[in-house]
This record gives sequence, structure tokens and C-alpha cells, in this order.
Amino acid sequence: MNFFFQGKRISGILTVVPANEKSFVEEMKNFNFPEARSLKLKEVMGYDKRRMVQPGVCVSDLVIFGLQRLFERGLLKREEIDALILVTQTPDHFMPPTSNIVQGKLGLKQDMVCLDVNQACAGFVLGLMQSFMLLEQESIRKVVLVNADVLSRKASPKDRNIYPLVGDAATITIVERDPANKPIHASVKMDGARCEALLIPAGGLRLPSSPETAVLQDVGDNNLRAKDHLFMDGSAIFNFVQTEVPPLIEGLLARAGVSKDSIDYFLCHQPNRFMLQKLADKMQIPHAKMPNNVVEKFGNSSGATIPIAINLNLAEAVTRGKINACLAGFGGGLTWAAMLLEIGGLSFCEMIDYP
Amino acid sequence: MKTVAEILKEIRPEFDFTASNDFMADGMLDSFDMVTLVATLDKNYGISIQGTDIIPENFKNLQTIEALLRQCGVSAG
Repeated sequence: MNFFFQGKRISGILTVVPANEKSFVEEMKNFNFPEARSLKLKEVMGYDKRRMVQPGVCVSDLVIFGLQRLFERGLLKREEIDALILVTQTPDHFMPPTSNIVQGKLGLKQDMVCLDVNQACAGFVLGLMQSFMLLEQESIRKVVLVNADVLSRKASPKDRNIYPLVGDAATITIVERDPANKPIHASVKMDGARCEALLIPAGGLRLPSSPETAVLQDVGDNNLRAKDHLFMDGSAIFNFVQTEVPPLIEGLLARAGVSKDSIDYFLCHQPNRFMLQKLADKMQIPHAKMPNNVVEKFGNSSGATIPIAINLNLAEAVTRGKINACLAGFGGGLTWAAMLLEIGGLSFCEMIDYP
Repeated sequence: MKTVAEILKEIRPEFDFTASNDFMADGMLDSFDMVTLVATLDKNYGISIQGTDIIPENFKNLQTIEALLRQCGVSAG
């Protein structure tokens, strides 16, 4: 499905990462694997450092910490926030929405919209689309888009398929109107028939958590995982990305009448370095135009990896100048989405540690 | 330049890859070994095996891997 937006822009990005840093080399002894094989994997996939919340820390803690910092520094005013969209798959509770919890704890105005969106690795693009749609309303001038997850709390420490790659983070993106900004094109596709490729089997109402769902089971390849933990069919997801994402992006470029060469950066969700290098090769995009260094420094934090990539690699480029960007997110759902937009003139683009 | 058999031996030294017709079924390679193998083949032969070709069928045995390399313009033995 195709979308078109006009007169909207990103005006600031703040990333909040837990100060607690984990190292793959230190953690690999937890896996039932020879060290030499794990080290080869580290080199290929880019596993190295990642950030992980301390026990008990929730999404709202990271988000409130980040928003308070913006208020204190005068980069955002409470009364300016007309909508708070919070994209997460690890909410504080089933009920109420985590966005309402943030609103209440920060004393934001009642005359606003709070909206939780259950999306995963495509969540930044989906969240931007939702923000742009809300900004069509006269009463909404500024949207705070949050992409936040604490998926380390749902990953088995004995599962080499998941644990070494998961990172926790929250990103806060300010979205507002700007009649001068270039038109924005986006495309989204979904396939719920393949939803089980990324799944947390227990903990919802279909299979409530119980002592049985917490039991670690041998799931093959020397990995141990419980039904309460995140499961990923790595081969299916890899194949899905390599098959579906290139035609989505190429179709979007063609529809917008934009050449691949005119895009300064292809900012993709970052599951691991190998997957992005293969994606870049398939699309004949120079590796330098598709940053892949988020996983090695912070881990895969689901919908937050694209704004983190901007913070990490392009802070100066988007605050002092402008870039033509192609964003692409892909993952749980399954969902895959891409967007062409100009990013520039940001009033802030920073990263802070929590706490 | 290393042969495919030599590269496999480096990844999993404990196995004799010339003696198997199905590396996955015989428990000699898992999906992560396959990723390591692809990265090593890419580097060794100066190629980039397409992401859509990284499927178990292409890494079943020495013959299927060599057939895949031929598709990439490499003559490997």
C-alpha cells in the first residue's frame, strides 16, 4: 500500500540507552557452544557490545527520563505536545496504554492524543506515518513519536539465536508541520500468514504465563528457551528480508521518480551486520550508504534502530545540513515498510544514557 | 586459494565433509555455520553470494555448494 505526505518533517531526535553495557565476549560462555565458533559469528554478524536494562526497568522509565531531559534543556515544552505515539512490543501493562502512563507521570495536558502502537522492527516507519496522519488535523501541531522496547527481558540468556543481538533503547522523535519540506513517499506491506516467524508464545491471553511456560526447553542447536521467551525463525526472517525488501524499496523509488544515486543514505532496521551487507549487495548500494554499526555498539532494539543509526552516524549532517534518506523497517507481523524523505535542520540529535 | 572442503574444515574441524551428502541432516552445519561459511566464501573468492541463495538446499553437500559458486562465476574444487 502506498502513501504520500506533504509539509511534514522530523525536527529532533533523542535516543535513550541503558547505561548497562554487555559484552558478547563475556556472555558467550553462557551459551553451550565452542568459543571459536562464537567468535567467528561475532565477526560476521557484528555482535560486540549491547545495552540492556537492569531488572525491573520498563519502557515508560526510559521514555520519561528522555522527555524530562528535553524539558529541562528547553528543547521541548510540555504544552507543545499534541500527540504522543508510543510504538512498543514490551508495554508496561496490558492496560492502560504505556503512552497514557507517560502522559500522567509527566503531567502533560489532557487536551492531547495518547496512542500505543504494537509494531516491531518496522515501527519507526509506521510511527512516522501515523504521526504525519495526525498532523493533518488542525489541532495537532507537534507529535512526539516514541520507539521503545526492553526486549532483553523477554530473551532467554541460553538462546544464542536471540540473546546476543537484543538491545534495549527508547528513541524520541519530534514530528511537526513544515510547508517547505519535500514531499514524502512511503510504502507498507504486511503478511500475518507468516506471523509465527517472530513470536513470544506465552504471556498473552492465548497462552497465559505459568510455571510451565517459564521452563527452559532444549529447542535444538544447543539452545534453551521457554515459551515466555522471544522466538525468531532466523532463516525465515533472513529470507523474508532478502526477498521482500529490495522490491519494496525499488518500487518506492520508481513511484517517487527518484534514482538510487540521489539517495544519500539507506537507513534500514539493523538486525545484524551480515543481513544488511547482503541487502546492500543485492540492491547494489555501497555499504557506506547503508550504515550497519548499531548492532555492534548497542544491539538490535527493534523499531529504535533507525533513529539510533541517525544519532550515531549522521547527527551533524541532519542538524547542520540535510540528507535525502530512504528508511526501511522490516520484522514482526510480518511487516515491511519504506519511506523517502528529507531529514535536516534538526534542533537536536543526541544520545543519552539511562540513568 | 582455499577449496570449499578446506573452508568447511576450518569452520567445523571435527567433521569429514567429504563423507556426507547432507551436512544439515547429519548435524555438521547449523544455520549460523551457514552464515559463517557464506561470509568466508565471499571473502575467499571475492564474490557476494546473493541473500536469496542462502538457503539450506544450496549448502547440502560439496556438490551443491560448488554449483552455487559456479552460478557466481567461480570454478571451485
